[in-house]
Amino acid sequence: MAKILEKRPLSPITKLYRVDAPLVAKAAKPGQFVIVRVRDGGERIPLTIADYDREEGILTIVVQEVGTTTRYLGQLEVGDEILDLVGPLGMPLEIPVEGHIVGIGGGFGSAALLCLMRELRLRGDTTTIINGAREKDLLILNEELGEVCDNLEICTDDGSAGFHGLVTERLQQMIDGDAPGRPDSVVAIGPMPMMRAVTETTRGKDIPTLVSLDPLMIDGTGMCGGCRVTVNDEVKFACVDGPFFDAHQVDFEEAVRRNKMYVRQEQESKDRTTCMKLAVGQD
Amino acid sequence: MPVKRVQKTPMPERDAVLRSHDFGEVNEGYGIAHAQFEAERCLRCQDAVCIDGCPVRVPIPEFIHEIAKGDMRAAAEVLRSSNPLPAVCGRVCPQEVQCEEQCSVGIRFKPVAIGYLERFVADWEMEQTDIEITANLHRDEKVAVIGSGPAGLVCAGELARLGYPVTIFEALHAPGGVLRYGIPEFRLPKDVLDWEIEQLQRLGVEIQCNMIIGKTITMDQLMGEMGFKAVFIGTGAGLPSFMGIPGENLNGVYSANEFLTRVNLMRANDFPNADTPVMVGKRVAVIGAGNTAMDTVRTALRVGAEHGLIVYRRSDQEMTARVEEHQHAIEEGVEFHWLTNPIEVLGDDEGWVTGLKCVRMELGEPDASGRARPIPIEGSEFVIPVDNVVLSIGNRPNPLLLQTTEGLKSNKWGCLVVSDGSSETSREHVFAGGDAVTGAATVILAAGAGKNAAAEIHDDLAAR
Repeated sequence: MAKILEKRPLSPITKLYRVDAPLVAKAAKPGQFVIVRVRDGGERIPLTIADYDREEGILTIVVQEVGTTTRYLGQLEVGDEILDLVGPLGMPLEIPVEGHIVGIGGGFGSAALLCLMRELRLRGDTTTIINGAREKDLLILNEELGEVCDNLEICTDDGSAGFHGLVTERLQQMIDGDAPGRPDSVVAIGPMPMMRAVTETTRGKDIPTLVSLDPLMIDGTGMCGGCRVTVNDEVKFACVDGPFFDAHQVDFEEAVRRNKMYVRQEQESKDRTTCMKLAVGQD
Repeated sequence: MPVKRVQKTPMPERDAVLRSHDFGEVNEGYGIAHAQFEAERCLRCQDAVCIDGCPVRVPIPEFIHEIAKGDMRAAAEVLRSSNPLPAVCGRVCPQEVQCEEQCSVGIRFKPVAIGYLERFVADWEMEQTDIEITANLHRDEKVAVIGSGPAGLVCAGELARLGYPVTIFEALHAPGGVLRYGIPEFRLPKDVLDWEIEQLQRLGVEIQCNMIIGKTITMDQLMGEMGFKAVFIGTGAGLPSFMGIPGENLNGVYSANEFLTRVNLMRANDFPNADTPVMVGKRVAVIGAGNTAMDTVRTALRVGAEHGLIVYRRSDQEMTARVEEHQHAIEEGVEFHWLTNPIEVLGDDEGWVTGLKCVRMELGEPDASGRARPIPIEGSEFVIPVDNVVLSIGNRPNPLLLQTTEGLKSNKWGCLVVSDGSSETSREHVFAGGDAVTGAATVILAAGAGKNAAAEIHDDLAAR
């Protein structure tokens, strides 16, 4: 059980939680994730660790309400307990290249850049965050992200804030020499189409690029193999070998297809939670 | 006096057609009359060779004698003093290659139904409300047990009985390991497992779920700041193997671990009341012929498959499943494709499984395992139309703990290395047993390993 200490809406569908999880917070490293379950009979879903405070023993997670479990989670308030929270899981992010590192976050994926870019900056890298969303209202954590990097770039598809265009268009400008300059390495976290577009933007340009894959998982410890992805023609388990992989080697087509395996059931389950009163913690 | 009867007293079973559509237990269990009738068949041999066939060395004739006398309480005491998981073992042990294979009655007749009697006693005990179990943790040295599968549960139970405060750390949200996520409800009801675990907790065993040693806390933390004086590793063999054939990542292909976990641990059979789904089409092919494969194919029938197929490259003579599981699968209508080796999973344009391409096999000379080696028959490729493929071809130990723990040696299969004839690992005061050491084996071998390790830990702590 992990008690919710703080809950903050970041956008109409995105919420930030700070939870009491001292052991996980103490062990967490940038890029890792936790698995949560919010009710008896509930599923186990992976959530990226946005940030951690080792001394206070507090873990920060950001949740976008897209499915059944995230909607149940969205109903929880300060003082409520998350039924099960386990981690930290996966391999921490490792960026061997030093220099100008560009972290690209799309939608709620930007949250994971918090601890990640802060650590890189502490290491001595020059850090840029490109924080993108469809529109201004969906942009999250601008202020916090600005504090952990050297340059914060904001992009919206509709131009309602910052650069008018896709994160990849802004990235292309930087690769072409625009300030703050060509990246030595790129890390992208967000929706699959966005990560795929970033991958194509840097392909063949000698810019090592990492993406954070989020396939379906159950245990998160290598036990089920449900999260298998193909990277460089090898089968990997995202939960123990990932979640970060060399973007230029990832079979995105397969990853996208596998993530759609339960679309029908996910919709059925979601419709059900819409119809019934969300009774969290009860069966 | 022992009574000569050729046949075992049959186990009452639920009708195959009815039971193959639900998760109720297949075997209904002996009543008192069945049990006493069967117990009379035991010869009470002076040299009880059946005990040699039991990895936890249950004093078999002793508890059976108590049943014959009608003293079930005494039978339960005898049983529990040697096996902390009698209700589990009475249901899932392969008795035909253990105690019952040794049974002297079995030389001329069918052996005494030791497994059914064990289960009977445990079930009797489960119904009693006045059995006293009290914790007596009079020792100071704390022991950590990693993993709450059969090895860990038995090791913890034995240590608690010896007076040690024991904490079990479990990675999942519920304890039991493979007994929880692997073995289906129709063979081992979850309330039976819950009851067994409860008895251990009454003995003083503490269980912490959602704790991954090697991730949440390290072995060094356990043995350092957390003050555990000895550790038992019973992390099992939970890493599923895949075949490496084309099409394995198509939608609709599962490992047996994933398929069973979705149903057993996450209750996908109750979707959408439970939130985790499982994808089952009309025809489900399970590759492999061990107990897990039988569990998987029978589970597939229970969650809606119309046809459950076992596809195995050897013949029924080489299969590793218990006789009873194979028999139950036949009764439930499972189709067996022996001497059939899958070489590719076929899919449609959208990436969904449509078939399993196989080649026929014939048996050659025995291989390293002593079983006849299957050899492909050239030009015999054919396609079995299926909607799902589930791979049940074995598991290896999970490397998570090894990756973050100094001084633990493993072999090329990822199994922990222990000293000959003992459960001592390469790291001081750290012991291991069960599938984590042997690779995937049986519940009872793991239980036996846990029991032996507890005795070694006791010696190790006493010597300090």
